[in-house]
Amino acid sequence: MNKRFEAYSFPDAAGHFGPYGGTFVAETLQAALLELNLEYAKAQADPAFITEFQRELKHYVGRPSPIYHAKRLSDELGGAQIYLKREDLNHTGAHKINNTIGQALLARRMGKPRVIAETGAGQHGVASATVAARYGLDCVVYMGIDDVRRQAQNVYRMKLLGATVVPVESGSRTLKDALNEAMRDWVTNVESTFYIIGTVAGPHPYPMMVRDFNSVVGKECLTQMPEMIGRQPDAVLACVGGGSNAMGIFFDYIPHDNVRLIGCEAGGEGVATGKHSASLTAGTPGVLHGNRTYLLQDANGQIIDTHSVSAGLDYPGVGPEHAWLKDSGRAEYVAVNDDEALAAFHRLCRTEGIIPALESSHAVAEAMKMAPTMSKDQVLLVNLSGRGDKDMATVAERSGLQFFCRPSCQAAAESR
Amino acid sequence: MARAGSRIEAAFARLAAEHRKALIPFITVGDPTLATTLPLMHELVKAGVDIIELGVPFSDPMADGPVIQRASERALKQGVGLNDVLVCVTQFRTTNQTTPVVLMGYANPIERMGLEVFADAAVAAGVDGVLVVDYPPEESAALLAAMDSRGIATIYLLSPTSSTERIKLVAMAARGYVYYVSLKGVTGAGNIDTQEVGRKIAEIKAEVNIPVGVGFGIRDGATARLVSEVADAVVIGSRIIQEIESSTPDNVVANVGKLVGGFRSAMDA
Repeated sequence: MNKRFEAYSFPDAAGHFGPYGGTFVAETLQAALLELNLEYAKAQADPAFITEFQRELKHYVGRPSPIYHAKRLSDELGGAQIYLKREDLNHTGAHKINNTIGQALLARRMGKPRVIAETGAGQHGVASATVAARYGLDCVVYMGIDDVRRQAQNVYRMKLLGATVVPVESGSRTLKDALNEAMRDWVTNVESTFYIIGTVAGPHPYPMMVRDFNSVVGKECLTQMPEMIGRQPDAVLACVGGGSNAMGIFFDYIPHDNVRLIGCEAGGEGVATGKHSASLTAGTPGVLHGNRTYLLQDANGQIIDTHSVSAGLDYPGVGPEHAWLKDSGRAEYVAVNDDEALAAFHRLCRTEGIIPALESSHAVAEAMKMAPTMSKDQVLLVNLSGRGDKDMATVAERSGLQFFCRPSCQAAAESR
Repeated sequence: MARAGSRIEAAFARLAAEHRKALIPFITVGDPTLATTLPLMHELVKAGVDIIELGVPFSDPMADGPVIQRASERALKQGVGLNDVLVCVTQFRTTNQTTPVVLMGYANPIERMGLEVFADAAVAAGVDGVLVVDYPPEESAALLAAMDSRGIATIYLLSPTSSTERIKLVAMAARGYVYYVSLKGVTGAGNIDTQEVGRKIAEIKAEVNIPVGVGFGIRDGATARLVSEVADAVVIGSRIIQEIESSTPDNVVANVGKLVGGFRSAMDA
């Protein structure tokens, strides 16, 4: 272990990760954040809270999620062995539920009868609506009006679960505007309402709290990998939009300096085209949504529109802890384009019988790029953060009937 | 070194001597057009305002309601940014040396320009105060130092949920005046309870020894009058923006002047 990261203890008491993070919100929200901070600290120190959280993860979510050796894919690529952390097998189909259960339990503990959430593609909205139903809380989900149209199925799922979906028409009508609108609701209804933020962004304590609730992913890997292969992997890969699934799997690996941490951002149509969501790769530090972090912004400091084939990565900022991990050199961040992610999506479908979320496909794509350059005894662990059922319409529209033909069937076709 | 916000101090001293309260309008630079902002500022002075708050357009105004966000969006469509705001103040100062100008906005455009670059440009333009909505005292030590050294007042918000500890924290950092947000919520929301405001202002005045202004939810002269009985200044924002929205390019300046003049007479009556 490297001494530098052994005693990793960010954030500090004020929510800073080096120069990043913090509490950059108007005075109107400071009291609510202070209350949340105190209550979260109390909950973390209460064995009853921790026990209930763990019981819910086991019996409601289905944890621990397995790690699966993608052997056919690894053999075809001819290099490093690829292992998948199967967060796609969780209840509701992604890692998002780990965090929403934690926050909903906290909301209940604080006596808040109403929860609100922002959502882009709808995954966090569905996870929030799910736990609201589970614990009997009122739930309002803010969603950009364009996303409401594009993700009609998830909107219907949220309604089935009893949530009210509010279309947001302000600004660029996407995830960032949904977050602005949810903040406005919170500041107006702060006494009755708990705001469930879906990623490791927002003001302190959210980046820390969302990371903590998701860190169960990396904790499980720390014991599962030695059981499977007798050691830890050479690298851990995860997609990064806001960065909650990546922080979840990275966090417990931070002190393990011989394990590379690789975050895969949405390169969209290519970073050079400007149509992407790669804040760490191509952005600059600034202040948005209550924290200082890397942002995609113009020369005037206005936040610019982002693009990705996966709505869940379509965000102009990124969690402040990732900003620190980048600057400190502990984690590496790369951009993976839409086409590469789509190709990885198809290949995993046909080679392993697993339909990944388009978000997670970005991490699979990077692993597919790296594996052939590595030896067969090296190991890549990919966080398969969600399943792709929600992406059927997007993939069908982009790919039609252009499916991946894996090498074994190519050979069969040629011999016929 | 000039004292922080000395034009602001002079304005409040004059008002105290006249037994009047300050009227502070808010407009966003570039709304409805960049060319209208300067004539609007001069019209506001003519209508009897004491300090002008100029909104710096931002793409993600988290603490503002839909009315002020729309003003920001109209300005952003024309590409108006922090540089244009500073040019506007420079032009205003060529003919007006007395009315204090306060910039109100969000942290990111300032950080993008660079704090020191902004501070130099602001003092050169003749800016008297800055209110950065998402820079609470605990995140703005650098801003406060940069502004103090150039004689620009750093203005802070307080809200109905601010505890005594937070009021004390703001009291230590605040220069010029303190802006009390009279409602839970965003700009442009609901109506205010003036009795409740009065109680909170008394609590704030026990800790803060500079003037206290009140904003959010002041939509008519009668309310402005009631608020001016308990506060040192009345801030009018969303109501003016709505007047701008419902006006044409030909009558917008006159309409805003008439509206603000109405607030002035109600407060002085």
